[in-house]
Amino acid sequence: MIITKRTFIGAAAAAMLAALPISASAQGWEPRRPIDFVIMAGPGGGADQIARFIQSVAEKNDMTSRPLVPNNKGGGSGAEALLALKDARDKDHTLLVTLNSFFTTPLRQEGLGVDVQEFTPIAMMGVDPFVLWVHADSGITTFEQFVEEAKAMDGEFVMGGTGKGQEDSIVIAYLAGAYGLTLKYIPYDGGGAVAKDLAGKQIMATVNNPAEAKGFYESGDFVPLLAFSDERMESFPDVPTLKEKGHDFSYYNQRAIVGAPGMSEEAAEYYRTLFAQVYDSPEWQGYLESESLSPMPMNAEETRAYWDTQLQNHRDLLQQVDG
Amino acid sequence: MEILSLLAGGVLTALEPLNLMLIIAGVSVGLFIGAMPGLGSVNGVAILLPITFLVPPGSAIIFLAAIYYGAMYGGAISSVTLGIPGASTAVATTFDGRPLALQGRASLALVTAALASFVGGSVANILFTLFAPVLATLALSFGPPEIFALMLLAFATFVGLGGDDIPKTVFSICLGLVLASVGFDTISGEPRLVLFDIPGFLRGIGFIVLAIGVYGIGEMLWTIEQTRGEVTTTNPRMTARGMMNDTREAVQRGWKGTTIGSFLGFFVGILPAAGATPGSLMSYGVAKMVSRRPELFGRGNPDGVAAPEAANNSASTGAMLPMLTLGIPGSPTTAILLGGMVIWGLVPGPRLFVDQPDFVWGLIGSFYISNFAAVLINLAFIPLFVWMLRMPFTILAPMIFVLSIVGGYAASRSIHDLWLIVIFGISAFFLRKFDYPLAPAVLAIVLGPIAEPTLRQSLLLSSGDPSIFFTRPISAPIMVFAIVLILLPAVKLFRRRKTETAAAE
Repeated sequence: MIITKRTFIGAAAAAMLAALPISASAQGWEPRRPIDFVIMAGPGGGADQIARFIQSVAEKNDMTSRPLVPNNKGGGSGAEALLALKDARDKDHTLLVTLNSFFTTPLRQEGLGVDVQEFTPIAMMGVDPFVLWVHADSGITTFEQFVEEAKAMDGEFVMGGTGKGQEDSIVIAYLAGAYGLTLKYIPYDGGGAVAKDLAGKQIMATVNNPAEAKGFYESGDFVPLLAFSDERMESFPDVPTLKEKGHDFSYYNQRAIVGAPGMSEEAAEYYRTLFAQVYDSPEWQGYLESESLSPMPMNAEETRAYWDTQLQNHRDLLQQVDG
Repeated sequence: MEILSLLAGGVLTALEPLNLMLIIAGVSVGLFIGAMPGLGSVNGVAILLPITFLVPPGSAIIFLAAIYYGAMYGGAISSVTLGIPGASTAVATTFDGRPLALQGRASLALVTAALASFVGGSVANILFTLFAPVLATLALSFGPPEIFALMLLAFATFVGLGGDDIPKTVFSICLGLVLASVGFDTISGEPRLVLFDIPGFLRGIGFIVLAIGVYGIGEMLWTIEQTRGEVTTTNPRMTARGMMNDTREAVQRGWKGTTIGSFLGFFVGILPAAGATPGSLMSYGVAKMVSRRPELFGRGNPDGVAAPEAANNSASTGAMLPMLTLGIPGSPTTAILLGGMVIWGLVPGPRLFVDQPDFVWGLIGSFYISNFAAVLINLAFIPLFVWMLRMPFTILAPMIFVLSIVGGYAASRSIHDLWLIVIFGISAFFLRKFDYPLAPAVLAIVLGPIAEPTLRQSLLLSSGDPSIFFTRPISAPIMVFAIVLILLPAVKLFRRRKTETAAAE
């Protein structure tokens, strides 16, 4: 019942919009059909939440004439999504919401023949820093104590994270290398499962994104020890960064919108304006703050340059993971 | 008694006009989405998430939870009437629901499903209300070894599922496990078994694809071959008196399955990573295992409909528990709900019960109301569904085919999956001709992706020492029980062979 009513209102609204030529980009390119909003992860994960949040902001404020339709393609650690973009038939109506498998998957699965530099940069919505967490019951309160403990346990210290070659394993491999730690690493499907097993003390430490650990941090179960960001994080002002400890390393999850390779310049401009609007909306600004994402605005050229450095960094980091 | 007053407040919130309207709308939409093959609660909740911005968060989640509930009821409808599982959670319902329909007892099957769902939902609601915080702690004490032990137990209950031919059952399980391992291996971070380098296999083989192929297409081919197209379906009578009788029979012959499903389903549901589909399959296995006459299962036993249906409703409420108390989804659908809560500005996690009591208790209250609304709406529609079965098979068969294809496509929007459905359907038909049970393969493709990583995580934890399964307080008894169950039929088989040879001599 409610559907028909909604559809009716929607159709009426659309008809009115079509009749009145007062849209933001009246003369420019406009999407002609629903926009395929490909997500590099399965439903429910961090990337999925962000994509659906963005969609909801655009929807709520009527920012697009055609809807963004979320399309989860998490298979093969995002390989499925990258191929969907590379082989997109309708290049002007296909977008991707990324995380760092945007860099790692093409590097690890060379057979895919995906070169991310061919993709069209649209918008950098923010970057998600990583934080080192332990359970409050462990009694560990500082990073130095963590290092000491991990060394003392000599290979029996258990850390959990996402699958091999993915973000968590990269951060942990760097940490282990920098401090000469032998850790036991247990790979999980996603950040939620990792947080759950830290809460249940099945594992001893994690490098979850703040959003994934937030509930348990607020309840006092998780203790943050170290941030892998460039500067101290606003939401955790007392947590030191790895840079302060003398290691030139920071690591973020890229939350970006990317267009299909070969997207027309007009379409790309339309989406850049659209996502700039989303970015500036009070909803998104509130989300950045509540989920502890860091803003990192950059234009198309800067994004490409950023991708170059990231690809180079990831190539080196993945070698460490494979050890 | 604090809980009771909180609950009463919650129920009152749920009964506010807007919320009540949303519950009825949500349950109806859910019923339809659940009944549509391929589309399940995940799709329904994901598609309708954006329209919830029109109402306050408390009402929004009530609406989505009502869809979730309705879909659990609706899944049974096409499982019974068409033999195609309406949703992944309703696969086990086809095992006995379809045979009942073919015997002209579709209304009995549907009434049983509705009542079992209602009881399952009610039991889960009560457990949820009383023990949420305790159960959340219990869920956390299940690490990888415990979950693996539980999965092994599920396999063990299914060894006896397939017409008692154990080697063929084991073959079927292995087939399912191989299909389950196609795709991407998270632990090593490498693609695995990407058959013929077709990119579609990167995602792995969806469970719903196999289920639609086997039960939609395969079943259709089987019926055509068995009857040469001359099925006159059973002429189901549908009177008020008939429904009363069905209700009585459903209670008499389905109470055992309902009880098992209600409790087991809830328990499996609260474990993150599991969810309603494994819960309903396991309940079916257990109901069959403890039954005094297991041979009746698979041939139209109301207990076999009641167990999975009670379990999927119970598990769906159960899956809300880790979502609300820990911020960790217990099933794919709750994962989307969780995303919704973030969008509405709520922080799911251990503090939610304390910080947002109105929201939490309003939602819990709505579970009770949704459950009532769903059973009433469902019972009211049963005559309509049964009437559909009067169509001649020559019309029904193409309809099943179309629904299978549309449903298979709708779930993933990929043509690749449609080819798989057809291939699975044809293979299932031939396997069935050679008397291979197929339910174990379906079970394996559901549980395989949970069992395999937890086995490997456990062994990583113990540096390869399998004793980890036997030294932990929770996993040890489950493990021992599972192994006994697996060995039991093997011993029986061995004994029978022995007596047979003895008799032959």
